[in-house]
Amino acid sequence: HGPYLPHEPGYGLYQPGYSPYDDQIPDPEPRMLAIQNAKAYLLKSSTTSGLNLYDHLANTLTKILDEQPINVVDIFENISKDVKWAQFQKKMDTLRDEHAILPTFESAENRKTLFLKAHGEGDEELEEEIGETTLPNVMETAFYFEQAGIGLSKDESYHIFLALKKLINVQPIQTCRFWGKILGLEMNYIIAEVQYHEGAEEEETEEEEVIDEGDKRMDEVEDEDEEKEKEDEPPKSTYKPPPVIPKEENGAGTNKYVYFVCNEPGKPWVKLPPVTPAQIVCARKIKKFFTGRLDAPIVSFPPFPGNEANYLRAQIARISAGTHICPIGFYQFSEEEGDEDEEGGGGRDTYQENPDFQPLSVVEMVESLSTWVHHVQSILKQGRCVWFNPSQKSEEEDEGEEEEEKDEEPEELQKEIGPPLLTPLSEDEGIQNIPAWTAQPSTNLIPQYAVAILQSNRWPGAYAFASGMKFNNIYFGWGHKYSPENHTPALPAPVQAECPSGPEITEMRDPTVEEELAFKAAKEEALAAAEEEDDEEEPEDDEEDDDD
Amino acid sequence: SLLLLQRDYRFERVWFWGCVRGVRGTYHIAEGLGPDRAAPRSRLYSLNCVEWSLLPPATEEMVARAEKLKGRFQGDPSFKYEYAEVNAEDAERMLEDGKEPMIKEEDRLVATIEEIDRAVGIVPRGAFVKTPLGSVHENRNFEGLSLTEAKKLSSYFHFTEPVNLKNKTLLEKADWDPSTDFLDSLEHDIPQGSWTVQLEKGGTVVVLRSLLWLGLTFYHVPMTKQYGYVYFGTGEKNLDLPFML
Repeated sequence: HGPYLPHEPGYGLYQPGYSPYDDQIPDPEPRMLAIQNAKAYLLKSSTTSGLNLYDHLANTLTKILDEQPINVVDIFENISKDVKWAQFQKKMDTLRDEHAILPTFESAENRKTLFLKAHGEGDEELEEEIGETTLPNVMETAFYFEQAGIGLSKDESYHIFLALKKLINVQPIQTCRFWGKILGLEMNYIIAEVQYHEGAEEEETEEEEVIDEGDKRMDEVEDEDEEKEKEDEPPKSTYKPPPVIPKEENGAGTNKYVYFVCNEPGKPWVKLPPVTPAQIVCARKIKKFFTGRLDAPIVSFPPFPGNEANYLRAQIARISAGTHICPIGFYQFSEEEGDEDEEGGGGRDTYQENPDFQPLSVVEMVESLSTWVHHVQSILKQGRCVWFNPSQKSEEEDEGEEEEEKDEEPEELQKEIGPPLLTPLSEDEGIQNIPAWTAQPSTNLIPQYAVAILQSNRWPGAYAFASGMKFNNIYFGWGHKYSPENHTPALPAPVQAECPSGPEITEMRDPTVEEELAFKAAKEEALAAAEEEDDEEEPEDDEEDDDD
Repeated sequence: SLLLLQRDYRFERVWFWGCVRGVRGTYHIAEGLGPDRAAPRSRLYSLNCVEWSLLPPATEEMVARAEKLKGRFQGDPSFKYEYAEVNAEDAERMLEDGKEPMIKEEDRLVATIEEIDRAVGIVPRGAFVKTPLGSVHENRNFEGLSLTEAKKLSSYFHFTEPVNLKNKTLLEKADWDPSTDFLDSLEHDIPQGSWTVQLEKGGTVVVLRSLLWLGLTFYHVPMTKQYGYVYFGTGEKNLDLPFML
C-alpha cells in the first residue's frame, strides 16, 4: 500500500513500517498505536457542529444502555438524532435560563390558601364549627354520585369543599350547597347555592338602575318633544314600550337563593346578581356557550339584557326550577295554609322538612317517577315564579290613552299559573317520545346498597340521587337545555310599515310667487263675481304654470 | 373484561372508547386494534360492561342513513327507527330498491361511533409514526408535548385519513417530518373555535373538549406519554354550534 493521498483516511497517520490496514498485526504495540490512531480520528471535531463522533457514539450508547429499549436497532437513528438534538441545544444557549414560572405554580399557591386556617381561630370557634355547621358535606354527596359514575375527581371535590368553607367564613350564610359545575370555553364555573341569614342581605341598587334606564330614556325623549312643541310639532310617538316586569324580591321565587361562582377552587368567590324576568325570557331564546369570564358580553339576537354573569344566573335559575327534585314526603307544606286567592297566584310557596319522613326503598324510587317531587317553583312564561299583572301598574300611568292601548295589548292578560310546588315528576312533560327523566339504580349487583339515580333528559347534566334519608341534586354540564330540533334563532321583527302616503304628506311643488299672487287675485274675484270668473282663472293659472 | 376481550379477539390493543347514553340504557363501547393502527377498527358494545358484542363494520351507506336520524338513542340495540317518519320520499325510494325503510339502533350506533372517530378522534403530534411501508405504529420515542406545545391546537391531529394535507402552503410543508406529520391538524377545523383547550389540575393536565360532539374529551399530561380520548354523551352532533359560539 503506497503513501496515502490526502483524501484517503489514514493520511498523516502513516508511520513507516506500520499500517493500520494490516489485518494481522503481530506485535501488540502497533495495535495499540492503531487503536490510538482510530480513536484520534474519531475524536476529531466536526467543523460545522463542534461535535465529535467519539463523544456522540459514547453518549448514544450510554443512553441505550441506560434505557435498554427493545428492538433498539430499529430506532437507533432516532436515538442518535435525539442525542444530537439535546447536545445542540445546550451549546447554542448563551443566555441563562430563567426559571420558568409555570401556571402550575400559581395554581398551587392558590390552592394552598385553601388549606390554611383563617386568622384568629381559637378553640371556641372550633366548638362552634363542630356543633352546627352550615357547610354541606360535599365529600359525602360526591361519594353517592360516584356510585353512578357522576362527579369530579376526589382532589377537586375536596378543594371545592375547602373553598365552600372559606365562603361561609366570609359571608353571613345560613345554608349552603354545592350546586354544580358549568363548563365554559376558556374556564369553567363552580357554583355554590347559598341562602343568607334573614336580615343580612344587602339590597343591590345597581340592578334597579338597569331596569329604570328604559323609563329614563322615554322621559328624555318626552322632554325633547316638549321643547320642540313651541317651534314645530313632530308627530308624537305613540309607542309605549311593554311594561317592564319587575324582578322578584331577594328571597322569593327565582331569587330565592343567592349564587356564588368561582373559576377554580382557591380563586375568590363572586356573587351573581339577582335575575330579572326579562333575562329569563331572553335566555330561553338564545343558546350560547359560556366563555368563563363573567364580564364577557353576550352577542345574540334577541339581544340579551346583560353580560355573561346575568346569562349564567338566568341559566342557573332555569336549571334549578326544572331539575331540583327530592323524594316525596321529605318536604311538606307548612301548617298555615295561606289564601289561595292571593294576587301573586294560586299555591303555596314555602315548605319545611317533614319530621315524620319515611324513606322509600330504592326499588320504589326508581320504578315510578311519582315518588319524586320538585321542590323549586317552576318559572312561568313571564319569567317569574309568581305571576305579575302589568296592567295594574299601567292604569296608573295612563293619561287617557286607554283607547290606543286596546289596540296593542289586551287589557286583561291571561293570568299564568304554573304547576304548584311539590308536583311529582310523573307530570313532567317529555320531549317527543323521550320521558323527562331516566331513573336507574346505581348497581344491579348489590341491591341492598344501591342508590337511586335520576338523570334529566331535558337538561342533560342534571342528576339527582336518593338513598334512605339522604338526597341531593347536582349539575355537571354545559348549561343548555336539550332539544332534538336544531336551534332556530328568532327572526328579526318584520319591517315596520311606513306611514301611509296620503295627500296630506305627499310632497308637492311649492307655488311660485306669481302663482300665489294669481291665486290671491282669483280668490278676491271669486268672492265678488260669479262662476264665469272661475273659468277665466283656470287658463290664467295654466299660463302662470307655463312660465316656470 | 377488556382484557378478556383482548384475549378472545386477539387484539393488540383494546381501549375503552366511551359511553353513549340512551334513554333507557347506556352503551359502553370498546375498540380493538390490530398491528396497524390506522386500519379500520373493530368496535364492540356492551350494556353492562361484562358481555361484549361485536358491531358490524361501518359502511358509508350506514353513515349516510344514520345522519338523517335525530334524537336520543333508545338504549335497546334491537330498536328499529322507522324511516318513514323522517323522510317519506327516502322511504319510498328505498322500498323500490327492495330494502326496508328502517334502520336498526345497532347500525346507528356504529355509524355514530365512526363519525365521532372520524371527526374528533385526536392524538398528539408525534405520537404515531408512519413507516415507509405505509403502516402506522405508535412512536416509542414520543416523550410527550411540552406545555407550550400542548396549548396549541396545531400540535394535535385527527387520527383519520387526512383531507387537507395537500392544501397546505409550501412554507408549512417545508417544516414537515413525513413520518409524523401525515395527518390533519386541528388548527383549521371548521367552525373555528370548536375545540376548547383547558389546563386542569393547575396545569398538569391539558384537556381538550370538542364542542361539535359534546362529550368528547381528550386529555394529555405534558412531558409524559399519557394521552387519550373518551366520549361520554348522548351520541348527537351539536348542530347549533355556529349559534353558540
